[in-house]
Formats: sequence, structure tokens, C-alpha cells
Amino acid sequence: MADSHADIDKHVRVYMVVFASLAVLTVVTWAVAYLELGTGLAIGVALLIASVKASLVACYFMHLISEKKLIFLVLAFTVFFFVGLLLLPLLTAMDPIEY
Amino acid sequence: MQIPYAEAARPDTGLTNGKMGTWLFLASEVMLFGALFATYIILRTGSTEWPDWRTFLNVPLAFTNTLVLIASSVTMVMAWASLMRDRFSMFRVYMGLTFLGGVIFLIIKYFEYSAKFHHDYFPSTNNFLAVYFTLTGLHALHVIGGMAVNAYMWGPGSKLWKSNPTWFTHRVENAGLFWHFVDLVWIFLFPILYLL
Repeated sequence: MADSHADIDKHVRVYMVVFASLAVLTVVTWAVAYLELGTGLAIGVALLIASVKASLVACYFMHLISEKKLIFLVLAFTVFFFVGLLLLPLLTAMDPIEY
Repeated sequence: MQIPYAEAARPDTGLTNGKMGTWLFLASEVMLFGALFATYIILRTGSTEWPDWRTFLNVPLAFTNTLVLIASSVTMVMAWASLMRDRFSMFRVYMGLTFLGGVIFLIIKYFEYSAKFHHDYFPSTNNFLAVYFTLTGLHALHVIGGMAVNAYMWGPGSKLWKSNPTWFTHRVENAGLFWHFVDLVWIFLFPILYLL
């Protein structure tokens, strides 16, 4: 709660910039879908834009940019296990059930 | 009962217990949605044919919903900022708008779902619709949960502002963390379900 009123005014200006960026990126996400990029590239670009948007929300709206170390430790574990979860489909591809 | 470290930060963590708890809860939520994302990848990459999902979905409605959720995230953070500036009446306005964002999102979702049921598209119709209804349905439940918390903060919960403004501001910030998370999940759901 060390933020003074002047600090908050600065925050609010940042929120408005982030809002505009998120709106523009949402339009870009939709526009890119019509470019017929091919499956691999389309997935890559869509996930890249989504990740940028998610980072903006997390860093500024969720105040991660000025958060305590312990939160980052929790998030590091979360990312580790989340990546593990998403790698599970790869394991099934490496060891398919033979019919 | 006195809740410890609700107002002042706990010395060893540097955080209030409420914020720490909220982040741990969000970590578990990431795993819940992560498991469903992984399931989607397995079903999609493992199936020999995948239905043309574009025939089922209404992209303009989902696009509008994305903007609605983003806007409601902004009003949520403005509700918190209003409390930080000691402007309780503005907090009420912004929190009300945040709740309204949730209502608009659910109304649009209702139209989307009812159009699908009207065309006899159900979760049992095919794998894509099963994934679609599971993911968007679970997300909609989160929207409803977030709206319930926000409504409480707007209404009866706001009495705390008079007796303990710092604690109330923390509560609104934590409610905001959940609401932004719901927005964040949708940011990924929109492209992976509607566009790819």
C-alpha cells in the first residue's frame, strides 16, 4: 500500500495503454486467422499473440510486474507442471498403442 | 475469528495471506485448464479425422465476447485503483460495470449455445463439440463464480470499507486476480477453439 495517489494516476494511464494494446491484438488475432498461413504457422502465430496478451494482463492488471518473489516461485512451479501436462500428448505419440 | 495477515503483509512472505492464497488457488486452476488443453491436443492429434469446426462456431460473437471480457478486466482494475484513490463511489461504478461485463458475456454465450442446440449440435455430436462445450462451459462457470464474488464486493462486502479500508482494498485486488485469470483463460480459448 505504499502507492501514493500520483503513483496510482500513473498506473491508470498504463492500464489504458494496455487496454488499447489488448483490443488491437484481439483484432490482429482474428485478422491473422484469414491469412491462410498453413496449420503450423497459424498455430504458432495465434499462440504467440495470445501469450503476449496474457503477459500484458498478468504483468499489469494482476500487478506481476511489481510482485513479491514468492509469487514468482509459485508461478515457476506452475509453469513447470503445466509444461509437463502439455507434454503428455507427446508421450502418447512416442508410445502409441498398437492394434 | 481474527484472520491473520489479512491487512498487513506477513513478514516472511512479504504478502497478505489472502493474496498468497489467491495465487496458490490460481496455480491449481492453471493445472485444471492445462489438463483439459492437453486432452484437446490428444483428441485432435490422435483422431484420424476432425470435424470442420468453422461450421459450428460464430466467430464474431466470440470476438465480441473477447473484447467484453478485456473491457471488464480494465473496469475491475479501475475499481481497485478507485479504492486506492479513496474514491468509494467510483469503485461502485467500476465494480458495477465489471459485473455488467460478466452479464453481457453470459448473454452472448447463451445465444451461442442456444444456436448450437437449435441445430442439434450437442457435446455428444462429435469430439470437437465435446471439447468446445467442456472448455467454454467450465470457463462460463468461472465467469459466474467471479461475478458472485464481484457482486458481494459491490454490495454487502463493501461494508468493510468503512471499518477497514486497507483490508477491503486487498479483497478487491484478490477478487480482481481471479477475474483477470478468467479473462486470461478466454484469451487462449478464443484462438484455439474458434480460429485454429
